[in-house]
Amino acid sequence: MSGTGVVKLKIDGVEVTANEGETILSAAKRAGIKIPALCYLDGLSSYGGCRLCIVEVKGSPRLFPACTTPVSNGMEVTTDSPKLRKYRKMTIELLLSEKPHICAICIANGNCELQDLAREFGVDHLRVEREWKSQKIDLSHSFLVLDNNRCILCTRCLRVCDEIEGVHALDIKMRGKDSQIIIDIDDDWGSSISCTSCRKCARVCPVGAIYVRDEPISRTKNKDIAQFILLRRRR
Amino acid sequence: MDRERSSIIEISPVTRIEGHAKVTIHLNNDGSVREARFHVTDFRGFEKFCEGRPFYEMPSIMSRICGICPVSHLLASAKACDDILSVDIPETAILLRRLMHMGQIIQSHALSFFFLSLPDFLLGMDFDPHKRNIFYLIENHPEVMKQGIKIRAFGQKIIEYLSGKRIHSSEWIVPGGVRSPLSKDKAEKIMSEYNDILTMTLENISKFKRIMKDLSCEIESFGDFPTYYMGLVTPHGELEHYDGLLRIVDEKGQIVVNKADPKRYYEYIGEAVENWSYMKFPYYKPLGYPRGVYRVGPLARLNIVSKCGTPLADKELEEFREWGENHVVQNTLLYHYARLIEMLFCIEKVKEILDNPETYSDNIQAMASVNKHIGVGVVEAPRGTLIHHYKVNRRGLVEQANLIIATEHNNLAFNIAITQAAKRYINGGAASRDLLNRIEAVIRAFDPCLSCATHAWKPINLIVEIYDSKGNIIQRLTK
Repeated sequence: MSGTGVVKLKIDGVEVTANEGETILSAAKRAGIKIPALCYLDGLSSYGGCRLCIVEVKGSPRLFPACTTPVSNGMEVTTDSPKLRKYRKMTIELLLSEKPHICAICIANGNCELQDLAREFGVDHLRVEREWKSQKIDLSHSFLVLDNNRCILCTRCLRVCDEIEGVHALDIKMRGKDSQIIIDIDDDWGSSISCTSCRKCARVCPVGAIYVRDEPISRTKNKDIAQFILLRRRR
Repeated sequence: MDRERSSIIEISPVTRIEGHAKVTIHLNNDGSVREARFHVTDFRGFEKFCEGRPFYEMPSIMSRICGICPVSHLLASAKACDDILSVDIPETAILLRRLMHMGQIIQSHALSFFFLSLPDFLLGMDFDPHKRNIFYLIENHPEVMKQGIKIRAFGQKIIEYLSGKRIHSSEWIVPGGVRSPLSKDKAEKIMSEYNDILTMTLENISKFKRIMKDLSCEIESFGDFPTYYMGLVTPHGELEHYDGLLRIVDEKGQIVVNKADPKRYYEYIGEAVENWSYMKFPYYKPLGYPRGVYRVGPLARLNIVSKCGTPLADKELEEFREWGENHVVQNTLLYHYARLIEMLFCIEKVKEILDNPETYSDNIQAMASVNKHIGVGVVEAPRGTLIHHYKVNRRGLVEQANLIIATEHNNLAFNIAITQAAKRYINGGAASRDLLNRIEAVIRAFDPCLSCATHAWKPINLIVEIYDSKGNIIQRLTK
């Protein structure tokens, strides 16, 4: 480790200087290199769940999630390669196959990060069988809606609720692909005593799983508003 | 199996209609026609898979039933949702929704007339089937087709100016109203084309009237039979497409149901099911099944109204009525004429709406949440009365949905019409190739939209097979 707290590494052949302990994703972002990510959001802790930000590091056969892997001196990182694109595409297909994601009738159609990535990686069909399991929609809140049928379990909502709003009204029940977002201890949202109805969960949700009824979805999912809230809060 | 019914002729798929269907013609032992049946061969299941979804998603889900008249489904669905909210939506929202529906009817009628049916009229029923299509018409009658495309585009542009999208505008029409107001410049853009479109439509009406004179033989054998007619009318009994009251007239033109609340449609209409078609058979309840045949759509609408309500369309309506008795025109082929008159009416209405200052207000949406657990929305879609009926739970999740698509109402009438045509053109069990197109042309006149039953695409080959009583093919005809 460098004693000065500064490390030097190469990302896609570009010399980058980063702070010790900083993640590859953060260093790349400062260098103007875009790495796709779904669960990561600036201003929230890293979760490393979606596996879309995987990168190659010279000297290691495995792939590393850029959002949780710290930089180190002399590291040589590749953020885009045929291999990475292949795995990212497969990951998107698996995310889409897990729930009945039907863009045509989804409220987030046109304002969805999963849809944008699917388009970017050329996902025009799924090579895996879909799970057509239907989950109950929570319509009990006066304006917030939770539709687990569209959730990709990125946990942005529960992180924003916990870390920014400071409430932790949302959490996860069950395990693996049966996991579901719940409110409090699996209560109806409308009867939650902890939720402050701040809407931040809807703002950060990358898909149409949490949204505000009667608000244009382009406003709810406006990334600038979400980023503004998160960054102001951190100051 | 009934061995007496010795032969069956099958026309599958029926071409130049929207969606997939086949026709079977059942013959008696002596080769005469016993009956003909119109089968819808695909199953969609929209009524089932919307269960459990929030009611306010219904307009966007339901409009995906059809890419030809998504706006009509959107409106019927949004009206059912307005009913669930129990709100009176703002006047401007009604005007804008109505304007969009005019665009929808113009584009759908233009599609049916110019793209699907005109090849039969301009080229003739017996013309080479390989050339009897829109592409041949574009090459050989470019002026007419250019007009057809322009008229259709006019309708589509109205939809686009309002919602930003030409086909699925589901984000714009919402329960309680519409999402955004109409600006004056967009209205001006619509009006800049208005005069040309009106002139073209009038020209095509005159042209079609001349064609009809040559078709008197077909008109007589193409589904000329008495039925009841159903549709919506304004409180003054004029032509109505977006809202209005239910009216049913009998085959003599007598009003049997007048200005009834369309939300109580089930008091007048029952639905029967047959095991040979995925399309249900609605019937007029007082007459019972299968006697309660009624027709909907352009012909029916012109048969039930006292007048259209716009000057040019009213003038044309008077002429139209000369084809029938007691104000009732029974000839199925005249659906095309009625469609053109409606197109004219809608074009006139577009101007009327755009001249109304109320159209430009920004008071466009009423807000409410679930206040009623049952919602019914009824509109006049291009092909007839379209009914959406939802039941929701306390939270607003859909528990049950019932749809009566415009084309379904005509189901009983289809079978009568094609039986009549088959009887006229099939003798002694032998079918000629020209027969096929005449039977299909009867179906085309109704302009059935079976896209409400399928989106699948298959190479369109028309096949007729005649079977003997043991199921062996005795004659096979292909295009």
